[in-house]
Amino acid sequence: MCLAIPHRIEEVLDSNRAVARTGSLRVEVRTDLVDEINVGDVVLVHAGFVIEKCEEKDGQELEELWKEVLKVASQGRNER
Amino acid sequence: MKDKIELLRRALTFFAKRPMTFMEVCGTHTVAIYRSGIRSLLPPGISLVSGPGCPVCVTDQGEIDAAIKLAGKGDLIFATYGDMLRVPGTKGSLQSLRAHGADVRVVRSADEALSLALKNPAKEVVFLGVGFETTAPSTAAVVIEAMDRGVENFSVLSFHKLVPPALRLLAESEELQVDGFLLPGHVSVVLGSEPYQFLPRDFDIACAIVGFEPLDIMEGLVELARQVSESDFKVSLLYARAVRPEGNAKAQGLMKEVFDKCDSKWRGLGPIERSGLKLKSDFARFDALLKFDLKIEDVPLPQGCKCGEVLMGKITPKECPLFSKQCRPDAPIGPCMVSSEGSCAACYKYDYRVM
Ligand code: SF4
Repeated sequence: MCLAIPHRIEEVLDSNRAVARTGSLRVEVRTDLVDEINVGDVVLVHAGFVIEKCEEKDGQELEELWKEVLKVASQGRNER
Repeated sequence: MKDKIELLRRALTFFAKRPMTFMEVCGTHTVAIYRSGIRSLLPPGISLVSGPGCPVCVTDQGEIDAAIKLAGKGDLIFATYGDMLRVPGTKGSLQSLRAHGADVRVVRSADEALSLALKNPAKEVVFLGVGFETTAPSTAAVVIEAMDRGVENFSVLSFHKLVPPALRLLAESEELQVDGFLLPGHVSVVLGSEPYQFLPRDFDIACAIVGFEPLDIMEGLVELARQVSESDFKVSLLYARAVRPEGNAKAQGLMKEVFDKCDSKWRGLGPIERSGLKLKSDFARFDALLKFDLKIEDVPLPQGCKCGEVLMGKITPKECPLFSKQCRPDAPIGPCMVSSEGSCAACYKYDYRVM
């Protein structure tokens, strides 16, 4: 229950809400827990809240974060 | 990747010159370890035990009973994360209450619970706040919003728990000799590495904050073994792509603004000083315990349930006499078998065949 999933911010709605996408899923998230959010930011989302902005040093690293977390997140559906 | 794992396995064998016990603290790590079969790669001297890192599993039986009692009171909406629905209380669960007509709703965030209150002004809405430092800041943010908007019909049953005090208890335990902790990746996103520094400093315990891939976990284990074999104890941050050393200051600030630390009882570990979060007096009107005059009773664990020993890493799930017999994912006796991140559920799902 402590797993956070990487999302990309697609739209900033107001000072504490934004729309974020992970895979094909678009969700509304709260952004109160982090400073300034911009469209394109990559963030970790936990229980509907952005808990951290990830620095996108290079795309590769981010891709990996994405894959690993999604893999763990989908463990219920994805048998070995 | 296979080559890299093999390399790490050799490095682990190199450093593991004496028997060492490492504990993975986080439930997500427990699942990843069972799933990936990492245990089968470990050299003979290394044992890996699971810790108290699943918030569902460490919620005390008395707290679960209090939640069920309140949800069953009628005339209110009880909002909970889905993970808590099937956890058995002394009598029934939130799910069975719902089947009997109680208005128990599953929410994905504290924000959804507050929305329920805004949409149903004539009804009291109670949000069951469980989870560690990853989750508590979002509860705090929502309580502040409820205050700002003058919401009257919303309250929180705060059973949030803090990870570092539980680690201190484990470090102090004479029975349990842990040489190193694999620290939780996403709790550390909020906490950073500072709150763990007492472990290497005061207890000579190796620590590594790691991600969730098998490679990350293996790397973490190698680093723990290295620290132990070289007596170079520290908190190594091996998950820098998500965790900053100082953590998330804003999230920490919100938690401090809304909550006071309080003593809290953990399933299996017992009462731990200043390991829980209760609403500050400024926010008392959102405290469901006060609003509904609710007491948390001392309730014994279900007979035969060894969740306590499992959560302390003293036994593996298979050593519980009820495992896979009376206690199964479809008929759980303890929360460790309910939560997808519970050790017993993970063991049942991924490791059952080797029994
Ligand atoms: S098998 Fe069931 S009863 Fe035994 S420790 Fe695990 S959850 Fe508790």
